Amino acid sequence: MNSEIARMVAKRLVIAVITLLIVSFAVFFATAMLPGDTASILLGQSATPEAVAGLRQAMHLDDPAMLRFLRWGLGFLTGDLGKSYANDMPISVLVSGRFVNTMELAGITALISIPFALTLGITSAVMQGSLYDRVVTIVTIGVISVPEFMVASTAVLVFAVYLKWLPAISLVNEVHSLYDLLRMYAMPVMTLTFVVSAQIIRMTRAAVIETLSTPYVEMARLKGASRSRIVLRHALPNALGPIVNALALSLSYLIGGVIIIETIFNYPGIAKLMVDAVATRDLPLIQTCAVIFCAGYLILITIADIIAIISNPRLR
Amino acid sequence: MMQGAPSISAATGFFGYRFNLVGVLAFLVILFWTVVALFAPHIAPYPVGKIVDMDYFGPMSSKLWLGSDYLGRDVLSRIIYGARYTLGIALAGVLIASSCGVIFGMAAAVIGGWFDAALSRFMDAMISIPSKLFGLVIVAAVGSSLPALILTLAFIYTPGSYRFARALAVNVNTMDFITVARVRGENTLYLAVSEILPNIIRPVLADFGIRFVFIVLLLSGLSFLGLGVQPPLADWGALVHENIQGLSFGAAAVIAPSLAIASLTISVNLLIDNLPRKIRDRSA
Repeated sequence: MNSEIARMVAKRLVIAVITLLIVSFAVFFATAMLPGDTASILLGQSATPEAVAGLRQAMHLDDPAMLRFLRWGLGFLTGDLGKSYANDMPISVLVSGRFVNTMELAGITALISIPFALTLGITSAVMQGSLYDRVVTIVTIGVISVPEFMVASTAVLVFAVYLKWLPAISLVNEVHSLYDLLRMYAMPVMTLTFVVSAQIIRMTRAAVIETLSTPYVEMARLKGASRSRIVLRHALPNALGPIVNALALSLSYLIGGVIIIETIFNYPGIAKLMVDAVATRDLPLIQTCAVIFCAGYLILITIADIIAIISNPRLR
Repeated sequence: MMQGAPSISAATGFFGYRFNLVGVLAFLVILFWTVVALFAPHIAPYPVGKIVDMDYFGPMSSKLWLGSDYLGRDVLSRIIYGARYTLGIALAGVLIASSCGVIFGMAAAVIGGWFDAALSRFMDAMISIPSKLFGLVIVAAVGSSLPALILTLAFIYTPGSYRFARALAVNVNTMDFITVARVRGENTLYLAVSEILPNIIRPVLADFGIRFVFIVLLLSGLSFLGLGVQPPLADWGALVHENIQGLSFGAAAVIAPSLAIASLTISVNLLIDNLPRKIRDRSA
């Protein structure tokens, strides 16, 4: 680890922080600029003007938007997330349990899909043009081209309706044994794995193929290196950066997928919470959920970039 | 990565290429849905809101080709009308997104300097918001009327289009003929429209198609969540949403709209994949 790497990593971290600021700013203003007065919406039509004015005062709604943004941001940093409009509960209470549930779903999916998809992506790239490669490519393009809810409803049709192996809806509070737990997670995890794996396979395949077409791989081939040696010793170490990048980008599809999958399977996660919040226009809750998702995504991307920097042999 | 700008030789015409079989088939499917969307009132066997079946989730029959939905309405007619909303909204959205992206992208490449740096930084930040999440936030703020939906979709996909167009334009911008034009004293507008645009238009059109697919998928996703097109109107995603209870007994009312979306998006993807290399090649 030399100073050059440290400098680049530091620069990347600064960019991540700036991006998070811009993003939370955008989220705040998208929701703060909406037409209609929040105070009068909350109090309903029969509210007196005095009551509305009082609530506006109490919620600091008359302050400049910039000041409200700063207050909101500081509150976020200190763990004070404000209260939900809909049921007046502190948002931190609403979010925390759901957050764990979503992380479980995402974590299990990542654990299954990453090794599975990396294997398929790398092998299909190495066997480029073979029947195996073409089947993998066609299936991944098919999965990428259709909406997530279609993958999910196909899974329900096959496994719950026709085969009757699994329940169509998962309910966390009815778990009595490991078997129940497996059955509950099976469908959401399977669907998500499918969606995310397709992205990882496609991007990994592209990254490895690009590395395999570089001059030094050709040189290794001309020297008579074996196929496995070319792939494992020459191509893969250099493709590590792009592959990690592809992984991080694909995991952003995990976020999109989680929103749909939690809704279709009634999974009590943070994405379901957010969709419900959008339906009731519960703005503080929407802002919090959105920032949590964006922060998660940014952290993934930043880690990927840092790994790419560290794994670049030219910087060692 | 960067491989020069392969589409510089713009002498040959857009239609002077040979298309392969898959490309032609994909094109026909897209043409089919376009015709269906345009002539929906003449094709649909029943009025879109009319309850024609006493049963709900009725089976497929010679009278109701795709059965009936959760209220006993004809599914086929609703899909035919749904094509208008899915195709129309997505097309309007992608037109706005691509135009804005290309205009800003070329401006950034030609003007350069702090303008380019600030705009690119901002667009990169926008890209780092996952699209479905972004959609939820904006829909929560501005609601889901049709114009609001179109603008939301356009807004979400402008940054991607910007990045693509800017990368192409930056490549072209380093060419000698641009330098010559600059020396001639041409202004920024002329440089962008007459020198750069003709050289990036074909990859931009391919990108237009890919972005169209993204927008169809996002629109369907939002409608599926019940936050996109609102009743009584219904696009294909909304059709799946309103009939989702029928999933547990495999009703065509759920499956058919999904298949319609899939046929459209897969066809557009296949068409772009099978475009002659010269059109599709991108330098970024």
